[in-house]
Amino acid sequence: MKHFIFACFFGLTVGTAQADLKVFATVPEWGALAQEIGGGKVKVYTATTAFQDPHRIEARPSLLAQARQANLVVAAGADLEIGWLPLVLRDSGNSAIQPGQPGYFAAANFVNRLEVPTTLDRAHGDVHAAGNPHTHLDPRNVLKVGAALTARMVELDAVNGAAYQAGYQAFAGKWQTAMARWQKEAAPLKGVPVLVHHASFVYLTNWLGIKEVGALEPKPGIEPTSGHLTDLLARQQSAPAKMVLRAAYQQDGPSLWIAGKTGLPAVLLPYTVGGTPEAKDLFGLFDDTVQRLLKGLR
Amino acid sequence: MQKSFAMAALLAASCGAQAASDADLAAIRAQIDDMKKTYEQRIAALEQKLVQAESQAKSEKSASAPVPAESRQSVASANAFNPEVSLILQGQFRHARNIPGRGITGFVPGGQGFNTRGFSVDETELVLAANVDPYWRGQAIVAMVDGQANIEEAWFQSLAIGQGVGLKVGRYRSSIGYLNEQHPHMWDFTDAPLMYQAMFGEDASYVQDGVQLKWLAPTSLFVEFGTEVGRGANFPGTDRNNNGTGGGALYVHVGDDVGVSHSWRAGASWLKTRASERSGDFVDIGGATAQGSFAGDSTTWLADFVWKWAPNGNSAHRNFKFQSEYFVREEKGGLTCVGACVDSSYQTNQSGWYAQGVYQFTPQWRAGLRYEQLDSGRRDFGANAANLMVDSYRPKKASAMVDYSWSEFSRLRLQVAQDKSMFGITDNQLTLQYVMSLGAHGAHKF
Repeated sequence: MKHFIFACFFGLTVGTAQADLKVFATVPEWGALAQEIGGGKVKVYTATTAFQDPHRIEARPSLLAQARQANLVVAAGADLEIGWLPLVLRDSGNSAIQPGQPGYFAAANFVNRLEVPTTLDRAHGDVHAAGNPHTHLDPRNVLKVGAALTARMVELDAVNGAAYQAGYQAFAGKWQTAMARWQKEAAPLKGVPVLVHHASFVYLTNWLGIKEVGALEPKPGIEPTSGHLTDLLARQQSAPAKMVLRAAYQQDGPSLWIAGKTGLPAVLLPYTVGGTPEAKDLFGLFDDTVQRLLKGLR
Repeated sequence: MQKSFAMAALLAASCGAQAASDADLAAIRAQIDDMKKTYEQRIAALEQKLVQAESQAKSEKSASAPVPAESRQSVASANAFNPEVSLILQGQFRHARNIPGRGITGFVPGGQGFNTRGFSVDETELVLAANVDPYWRGQAIVAMVDGQANIEEAWFQSLAIGQGVGLKVGRYRSSIGYLNEQHPHMWDFTDAPLMYQAMFGEDASYVQDGVQLKWLAPTSLFVEFGTEVGRGANFPGTDRNNNGTGGGALYVHVGDDVGVSHSWRAGASWLKTRASERSGDFVDIGGATAQGSFAGDSTTWLADFVWKWAPNGNSAHRNFKFQSEYFVREEKGGLTCVGACVDSSYQTNQSGWYAQGVYQFTPQWRAGLRYEQLDSGRRDFGANAANLMVDSYRPKKASAMVDYSWSEFSRLRLQVAQDKSMFGITDNQLTLQYVMSLGAHGAHKF
C-alpha cells in the first residue's frame, strides 16, 4: 500500500513536470485543437474568448506575460490578429515564438484559403491580403490543421511525440465519424440562401453548400449602416434569404432588425468553442452549429 | 548429343550412390538435416524481418500521410520584401486666442508653444517597418511639415535574444510614462497634456538617441524592467557634443487582467538628463525680459496608471479607458544671466498631473474628458532672488472631446477646452481634427 501511494505521488509529480509544452493559442478553436492533440502533455492558454472580436484585441499586459513563457504560438494567421499579435510577439522577448521559428504556427497556412482578394484596396473595407482568415468553420480544415499542428508539436517536444501522434489519431478517428454525421444531418441546408453579419462563415457555407446572398456589414469591418440594411431589405424581394447568421461576438441589433422587418429567423451561431453553452469543445461547436442552422430552417 | 551426355552422367551418379555404404548414408543424412535446420532458421529470420518491415511501413504510412504542406502567403514579385509602409494624415481647424509666445506660467519653455489658428495640417507621418533578418527588426518614422522632415524615430530592435530580453538601438520614444511612447495620431485628445508639454517641450515626448534594454519577467503577472542610456539631447537636457552619455532612464511596468472585462497597467519611471546653456526667458523685477542660461542636472519622476474596461473583453463595441499620470521634476545647477541679473544657483522642484477618461459607447462614437493641473512649486534662484520674478502659479486645463470613426483607419474629433495654463488668461479653445491612416495596419500598444 505504501508503495502504491508512493508510486501515485511520484506519478503525479512526474505528470505535472511533463506538462511541458506551453501553448499560446490566439483563438479558442485552435486552443481546443491543441488540447485535443496534446491532452495532459500540454498547457494551453487561450488569448481570446468566443465573445471577443478576434480582429479587435488589445496587446494587453497579460498577453505579453503569457507569450513570454510560451513554447508554441498557435495563431489563426492570414492577418486576423495583425492589430495585436505582432506587437505581443515582438515585446515578449521570446525568440522561440517569432514568425519563421518552429514555435510560431499559423493555421491558415495549412488550408486552402477562400476569398483571397485580387485587388488590395481599403475601399473594399478591412480586407485580408491572404484571404478570409476564419478557416476553422470547415471541419475538413480542422483535420488538416490538426495534422500539421501535431507534426509541429512533435518537432518541438519529441519526448512526448508518440503521445501527440496518438492524441491526433484518436481525435481524427472521432472527427471523421462526426463529420460524416454532420454532413448527413446538414443535407437539408444545401442551397439555402442566407444573410451573414460579417464574412466569418465563408468556410462553413462553402462546406455545407449554403448560399450566402449578402452581408449586413457594407464592407468587411465596417459597421452595418441603416442605408445598407434597407438595401438588403429591398433585395429580399428579388433574392430572398432564409436566415440571418451572426457570431456570438457580433452585436445582435442589425440581424434582429432584419429579422423584425422580414420575419426571417435570426440565428446566433457559436462561431468558436465557448460561443454557446453547447459548444464546449470542437465537436460541440459543430454539433451545435448544425443544430442551430437546422432549427433556423424549420 | 547433349541429352545423351546428361543421361550418362545421371546414370553414373546413381550407380555411385548405390555403391555407397550405410555409414556414408548416415553421414549424408546428417549433413542434409543440418542444412535443413540452418535454412529453416534463415527463412524464419527472413519472415520475421518481413513482418517487421511491413508493420513499420504501415505505421509510417498512417502517421505521416495526412500532414499537409505549409503554404505561406505568397506575393509574386521582388517588392514583396518592401517594408510595411503607412502614412498618417492629420490636420485641424482651431479656434483659440492669439497668444504669441504661448507658454506655461511658472515653467521654463521647452520650445515654442502652439499658437496656430484656423486651418492647418499637422505633421504627416511616414512609417516604414520590416524585419531586417531573423535577428532584428527596424522601423523609421519621418514626420514632415512645411519644408522640414524630422526623423521622429529610427531604430532596430532584437527578435532573437530570448529570455525576455529586448534590445532597441537608435532614436526612439522613451518607454518612460504611459503617453510618451504614443505618437500624436494615437492620442485620445487633439493635444498632449500640459504635463508632457512642461516636461519635454514642444513635441511633448522624450526622444532618446541611444540604447534601450528591457526584461520581461517569466511570471503570469506582467512585470517589465527597462533601462535607457543615450545622448539626452531632448528637453529638459540639451545637446552637448561630448564622450559618454547625456541622459539615462529606468522604468518598471506592472499589469494584469481582472476577470475577463478589466485590464490595467501601472508604471514608475525615473529620468535623469544634463543640460548646458539651456537658454530661457525670465522676467526681471522691472518687468523686462532677462536671458537666462541653465547648466545642471534635471531629474524627473513619473507615475502612470491605465485601466481599461470592455464588456466580456470585447472592445469593438463598447469600452472605457481611464488614464492618469503624475510627475515631479527637480533641477539643480547654475544660472548664467544676461540683463538686470547676476549669475546664480538655480534649484526648482515642480510637479503636475492629468487624469482622463474616454468612453466608446457605440462602435463608431467615443467621448472623453480630461482634467489637468500643474504646480510651479519651488523655484530658488539663489543670488537672483531679488532680481528675477518668481511666478508661483497652478496652471489648469479642462478638455472635452467627442470623436467619430468611419473605420479603424479614419477618425474625426471635436474638442473644446478651457485652458488656464497662463496666468491671467482664460483661453477657450475649439478644435476639429482628423486622423487618417493609410497603408499597413500597424499594431498599437496597450
